[in-house]
Amino acid sequence: MKFTLSWLKEYTSVEYTPSEIADKLTMAGLEVDSFENRFAYLDKVVISRVEHVSKHPSADNLTCCKVNIGNDEDGNNIILNIVCGAPNVREGLVVPCALVGATLPGDIEIKKSKLRGEISEGMLCSFSELRLNPELDKAFAMAGKTCGIMELDSNLIIGTPIVKALNLDDYLFEVDLTPNRADCLSVIGIAREVAAFSEPVKKLNLPFDDIDCEKEKSVSSHDFSNCHTHSADSSSINDFAKVKIFDPDLCPRYTAGMLIDVTVRPSPFWLQDRLLSVGLTPINNIVDVTNFVMIETGQPLHAFDYDNIAKGTIEVKRAGSPIEFKTLDSKAHTLDPDMLMICDGERPVGIAGVMGGENSEILNTTTKVFVESACFNAVSIRRTAKRSGINTDASHRFERGVDPAATKDVLKRAIYLMAQVSGGKIVNGIIDENPIKHKPTEIVVNTDSLNSRLGTTLSYEEIKKIIESVGFKATAYNSIESLELKKTTQLLHSQTDSSVNKMMLVTVPSFRVDVTRAEDISEEVARLWGYNNIQTNFPKVLSKGKSPSKRIIIRDQIKDIMNGFGFSEVVNYSFTSASACDHLSLDAFDERRLVENILNPISEELSVLRTSLVPGLLENMRRNNSQQTESLRLFEIGKVFIATIKGKQPIEREMISGIWTGLREPISWSAKPSDCDFFDIKGVVQGLCYSLGLDADKTIFQKADSLLCPYYQKGQGAIVKCSGNSDIKLIGSLGKINNQVLRNFGLKQDAFIFEMDIETLLTVVDAPNSMKQSLPLPKFPSLSRDMTLILDSGIEVGVILSDIFALKENLPILEDIFMFDLYEGKPLAEGKKSISMRIVYRSWEKTLTEKMISGIHADISKRIMEKYGADLP
Amino acid sequence: MDKREETQHSNLQEIEKEILIEIEEIKSLDLLERLTTKYLGRKGILTTFLRNIPKLPVEDRPSAGKNANLLKVKLEGLFSQLRAQLESVAENNNDFIDVTLPGRVAIRGTLHPVTRISREITAIFSRIGFEIAEGPEVETDYYNFEALNIPKYHPARDMQDTFYVSENIVLRTHTSPTQPRVMEKVKPPVRIIAPGKVYRCDSDVTHTPMFHQVEGLMVDSDVSFGDLKGTLSTFIHQLFDEDISLRFRPSFFPFTEPSAEVDIECVMCRGKGCRVCSGTGWLEVLGSGMVHPAVFENVGYDTKKYTGFAFGMGVERLAMLKYGIDDLRKFFENDMRFLRQF
Repeated sequence: MKFTLSWLKEYTSVEYTPSEIADKLTMAGLEVDSFENRFAYLDKVVISRVEHVSKHPSADNLTCCKVNIGNDEDGNNIILNIVCGAPNVREGLVVPCALVGATLPGDIEIKKSKLRGEISEGMLCSFSELRLNPELDKAFAMAGKTCGIMELDSNLIIGTPIVKALNLDDYLFEVDLTPNRADCLSVIGIAREVAAFSEPVKKLNLPFDDIDCEKEKSVSSHDFSNCHTHSADSSSINDFAKVKIFDPDLCPRYTAGMLIDVTVRPSPFWLQDRLLSVGLTPINNIVDVTNFVMIETGQPLHAFDYDNIAKGTIEVKRAGSPIEFKTLDSKAHTLDPDMLMICDGERPVGIAGVMGGENSEILNTTTKVFVESACFNAVSIRRTAKRSGINTDASHRFERGVDPAATKDVLKRAIYLMAQVSGGKIVNGIIDENPIKHKPTEIVVNTDSLNSRLGTTLSYEEIKKIIESVGFKATAYNSIESLELKKTTQLLHSQTDSSVNKMMLVTVPSFRVDVTRAEDISEEVARLWGYNNIQTNFPKVLSKGKSPSKRIIIRDQIKDIMNGFGFSEVVNYSFTSASACDHLSLDAFDERRLVENILNPISEELSVLRTSLVPGLLENMRRNNSQQTESLRLFEIGKVFIATIKGKQPIEREMISGIWTGLREPISWSAKPSDCDFFDIKGVVQGLCYSLGLDADKTIFQKADSLLCPYYQKGQGAIVKCSGNSDIKLIGSLGKINNQVLRNFGLKQDAFIFEMDIETLLTVVDAPNSMKQSLPLPKFPSLSRDMTLILDSGIEVGVILSDIFALKENLPILEDIFMFDLYEGKPLAEGKKSISMRIVYRSWEKTLTEKMISGIHADISKRIMEKYGADLP
Repeated sequence: MDKREETQHSNLQEIEKEILIEIEEIKSLDLLERLTTKYLGRKGILTTFLRNIPKLPVEDRPSAGKNANLLKVKLEGLFSQLRAQLESVAENNNDFIDVTLPGRVAIRGTLHPVTRISREITAIFSRIGFEIAEGPEVETDYYNFEALNIPKYHPARDMQDTFYVSENIVLRTHTSPTQPRVMEKVKPPVRIIAPGKVYRCDSDVTHTPMFHQVEGLMVDSDVSFGDLKGTLSTFIHQLFDEDISLRFRPSFFPFTEPSAEVDIECVMCRGKGCRVCSGTGWLEVLGSGMVHPAVFENVGYDTKKYTGFAFGMGVERLAMLKYGIDDLRKFFENDMRFLRQF
């Protein structure tokens, strides 16, 4: 909402500076976004004097001028060469001069230029070029018409900025209104707030206080010396028009007035200026009045060309069937059957509360004007505006709620102004169809509850005074209850106790459609009393509390572990491109193909909810690689969304995924740089599992199925399973991204990825704050024996290791096993590999000797050799 | 003192004298080792002397033994002292390395700034008794709007540009749906904070379609607007510092009444006015208010018995202020040069 200080002053005197007004409004809940001198665009226009004129050598209608624009630092006159086309330019004339660099209304930039060969370093301006009141122009004031450039008082000091010289100090405010404050979508509404700041509260000077339809009166403080209002003879509006409301639920009130003998023409300066000052474009005097009065009062109005209203009949009703309708901006719309329309005797002439129709708009030829001021249902208007995509100043106000009691007063204000600016005659009488009468809202307020809600100790009187400053009425509320309470108290104390005087009946002013319950009154009190005057208090701390959920603890734990492994956390958008699934080469039946589409995405790249964290990480890699960061360790923890049933809430699953690309270790003087590989990412997964308490014997790595993980290079992908108490669960996968997928994401170097399902992890790991039994330490030393076997290359080492590990069950002294060497190549035969393992033995009862284990060790190696056809070296 | 005794004695004395001369010449551990062997080794002079004591006349044996042992102890002491000295010299001279060469750095990753500040925010509220709650990111229209007193076709819906998945399913536009979700399950007293991702259909220099919020809710008998002010002041003072002033400004949220925007003194210019605060000296960082009775009615709380306050904050906004981040988009570009700063 925009307004100017001068406009505000029409309704209340203002004794604050612009910055005080901004501050006070903001602190009362009307946040002032900005305020500035509305003539700021004139900052490069100065008072100048034409010192010398000569004919332009090659253009008859141009004059070359030497223009004095004041003194430089040394006190010498600065003289500019300016070419001027105005007929009234002459030596000695004091005139506004726009300097090079100025931008005048209409985005006219003043530049140094040549006009038909002559240099011009500025522009001598007319009032219209500066969008100034013509009355400031002496020539216009005398002749009553435009004579060319402005003729100013010759006593003005040359070189002074015009804003200062002519005292142009009006301020433009822009308020960022919250949707509840519909009442302040009007200058009068703002004025009411400003008036309430004063002590005592000022009475508003409202423009319709003394309008009477039967009498002629000036309705504004403006001087309309050229305009007069007339009442049309004896005829009444009822002779011209009829209004019928078919759908009172959507239109509780419709008032209308009429003018005849109207001359449609541009509005007088003051009216155009008001509209321009708040950013509206003047159209013609009739339309301008509707806009002016809407900004003034908050009530949207519409003016119809009466001659285009068939049968002089207005019917307010739902469209009934889908219709095509052309609004006055010449755009065609298809409207739904339940949208409220204003129709004449034959067809729709306007979308109620949104926009009028082209078929009945005010044209230069219009002579009879039918003016509507109505109340429409807020929800209905909003639905219509949303669905039709037509948002107007009118619909904006109706959606938020206009004052249901001001409808008729505003109409009168408008037709009076129209009469004054158009020379038209007001037809006697007003149509006022009002099937649903407005009843004032009354709220019972318990001042104790109000105080305890706010943490204040305001008295009944203080509260009353505060809310009455903005138009509420408060009276003592004597309910049966409180009367009885009073009686009892009186019996007990035999005196009037002020504590029973705590109930208040508040009547809400009609323009405050947002206030419906006692809590709303508490906000009025709080905002006007001042939030910052409310005592700060500290709630009692509860001594009972709960620790965070396992999910939160484990998520934080994982993040810390990953940091320890050198991985940095990223956060990617939850949306991705619809092509992400294709880019990952996902199978047609892959669950991750069940993407949820966003109906109104920002862009194609962000149009579906992600079903995997991998595309985000690959994109992060691409971006960082392009920024010369080739080596990366990144991870993300976040949700993926699987749309099992479209249009319902998808399954949200928390995942972790990590990527490692580039060097294994930072470049160093002490080791040759080497790129990371599969076993680096596997080590990270193992390390993460171990840190979470999933020991080696609980995690199983297996070759990945290419359907499940089609983005891994064949033979370099694995799945991770976890053996829980009863079952084996898939917790994730890892592998090398294959070349096709790398290309799809625009990547050029190897990348290794892992991903794990946190939902499943949560079912198999314990939180660090869970109960845990520590194990006793062994008392006897361990004994290690190595074993080297030669096997077929195709045999998976993991299988052998877990086979040996499985022996533990019947062989308690087998404590641990690990592999320490792998060899392929000469002198081994083709297709063979040698693996070396170390088995650690320990007894809990005694110190083991070589002799005791050599048989066991030999037995183990024999078993393995037999089972896998292995040989000793 | 008889003569034999004397000879013997002088013999030991000579040995000692000799040693003391020789020891002066010892400049390396090698030489010391040789000297030690010469006297105390298996075939060393002193060892031999001691071994030969039984060959001495009976009467000489005690004093010879005693003196020789004393000398042995003395020598051992001298040698070990010298060894320590020489060792430390050797250590300082011989195993020289360039300690300014870079070490093999154990690289640690970094937390995303959003995680970093969210942890701090939740820690502050945890200390004053708030529990952490979480909710779905894809929400029903009911929890995101209706339960929060934002009916369909309410102009307040314009305050948040919503992503729709279907007519009744949205990406949550705020963390506020956690409020009714928690209240439906738990009876007062309630103290929760709910951090999480939120989504708005808005993308420009100062808006990203996804960002993070932390929601707070406290419900109890007798909670006042004054309590809200105190709680948020404590929070801001712990997150920034004790001297930051706060300003509560009336505003509008459909689910609170009264509603307040909380401005803090600009942390960049300390209220003097700068580019970050657009010259106002204030920064808008929190939305808050007393829970609207309609919200309580929706979850079945007795509005006569309970009052509460709620608040919400933009995590990125706070992170930008706390860490001096100048561009919101950096949070989601995930450029290592940015990430590694945290």
